[in-house]
Amino acid sequence: MAQQITADIAANVWKVLVSEGSAVAAGDTLVILESMKMELPIEAESAGTVTKLAVSEGDVLDEGDLIVEIA
Amino acid sequence: MMESLLVANRGEIARRIIRTARRLGIRAIAVHSDADAGMPFVNEADEAVELGPAAPAESYRNADRILDAARRTGARAIHPGYGFLSENASFARQVEQAGLIWVGPSPAVIELMGDKINARNAVAATGMPVAPGTPEPVAGEAAAIDAAAAIGYPLMVKASAGGGGMGMAVVHDEDGLRKQYAAVSGFAERMFGDRGVLLERYYPDARHVEVQILGLADGTVVALGERNCSVQRRNQKLVEETPSPGLDPELREHMLVAAVQAGKAVGYRNAGTVECLVYGEPGSQSFVFLEMNTRLQVEHPVTEEVWGVDLVEQQLRVAAGEPPSVDLAALRPHGHAVEFRVNAEDPIRFLPGPGTITTWTEPAGDGVRVDAGYAEGTRVTPSYDSLMAKLIVHADTREAALARARTALASFAIAGPKHNLPFFAELLGEPSFIDGTYSTALVTRMRAARP
Repeated sequence: MAQQITADIAANVWKVLVSEGSAVAAGDTLVILESMKMELPIEAESAGTVTKLAVSEGDVLDEGDLIVEIA
Repeated sequence: MMESLLVANRGEIARRIIRTARRLGIRAIAVHSDADAGMPFVNEADEAVELGPAAPAESYRNADRILDAARRTGARAIHPGYGFLSENASFARQVEQAGLIWVGPSPAVIELMGDKINARNAVAATGMPVAPGTPEPVAGEAAAIDAAAAIGYPLMVKASAGGGGMGMAVVHDEDGLRKQYAAVSGFAERMFGDRGVLLERYYPDARHVEVQILGLADGTVVALGERNCSVQRRNQKLVEETPSPGLDPELREHMLVAAVQAGKAVGYRNAGTVECLVYGEPGSQSFVFLEMNTRLQVEHPVTEEVWGVDLVEQQLRVAAGEPPSVDLAALRPHGHAVEFRVNAEDPIRFLPGPGTITTWTEPAGDGVRVDAGYAEGTRVTPSYDSLMAKLIVHADTREAALARARTALASFAIAGPKHNLPFFAELLGEPSFIDGTYSTALVTRMRAARP
């Protein structure tokens, strides 16, 4: 089942650690957001392949914006 | 006194400094990012200069733009507040070289205290107790493992250039050390451009107690009591109080004397804080030096309330070469004060939650002070830290202060961003907070106990 991971809060994209096609395991850190001087790692909820990477480093995200899709 | 003051900061601290400057008849100049236009500190200043975009590197951390704003407005002095450029020795030096007054200690002292190892060695030489630790940054993982065996676990792995709770980790064994050595040195390189890491004994059930010192224009150094800042999450303070409950009186006296001595030994001028850890049971407590903050602290208002002095006014007087407004040596503290940091973060996991403020109603009344950076209609952005306001309560006794806090918190209304007011309501029902026996482990324990 595909999982869509969205931003819980407004944040800046600090680091992108995967690319489309990457194989990931549950708990892998995909992207690190930065908000209010805090690093917020975004992790895969289950294993799969990154089918869509919707952000790049430096992007500004609003709450609800798509970050990655994993299938 | 100086004719004008540029405040190189934002939010509640910029507003608080501007308030004192204006009361003293000093022309107050705000600088701000484009995201902060319309914030209370900008509106309340006599003049305001926009620095650039929201990113700190293009605004509040941009020394060139701030110095340019100072030139254009004819500012005579610069107050850095806390964070941003406040502990940046080269900025302090640039300010002085531009012929302006720097409201803070000398660049040399900022430099000395900004390096954790040099700071520890310097204060140890003045007789202040320090935690067992490496006398210099460890040279690689193998050296770290050897040093750790000599110091003993648990240990704190600290970035030499870190601060504000960033770039540190606790380890309990060699495996943990290997992991965190790599993580902390990598983080330190990314954040501070310096991989240096030191190891220090960690005290799990300690209290964070810090001494407020003030180095006067004539070279004397005084202590204005201490503050207990043990309510912390992620090594960052949430609540601070003075006087510290459950502190042995002899130990407190020893800490104050040691802090003053350390301040004198390094030629400290202006406001500063000597942070210590207190460990052991009441009756047999000990303390060790943690670090020195060469600036005004976020939590300075609790000291102001109990001592009845405006610390920003004293800072400006010292910087202008004038004596303090009152005889500080003759002052006696009165009552008890507690500060609550009202952050834009959720009260359970403490994750940030920015947003536009749709409701903002502050409590008021006797012994209630609110230092707020935001107001209704302003926006809390992801670009800056999460502190929206500080609620400070003051009363004759600790019990009365906590009662005042309960009432004040209940009438504080915030909507829009996430906020941590519910955490404070929970804290005020927590037995070890109420009886004053809490340590820095309190918040972790409270969260672990939740279903």
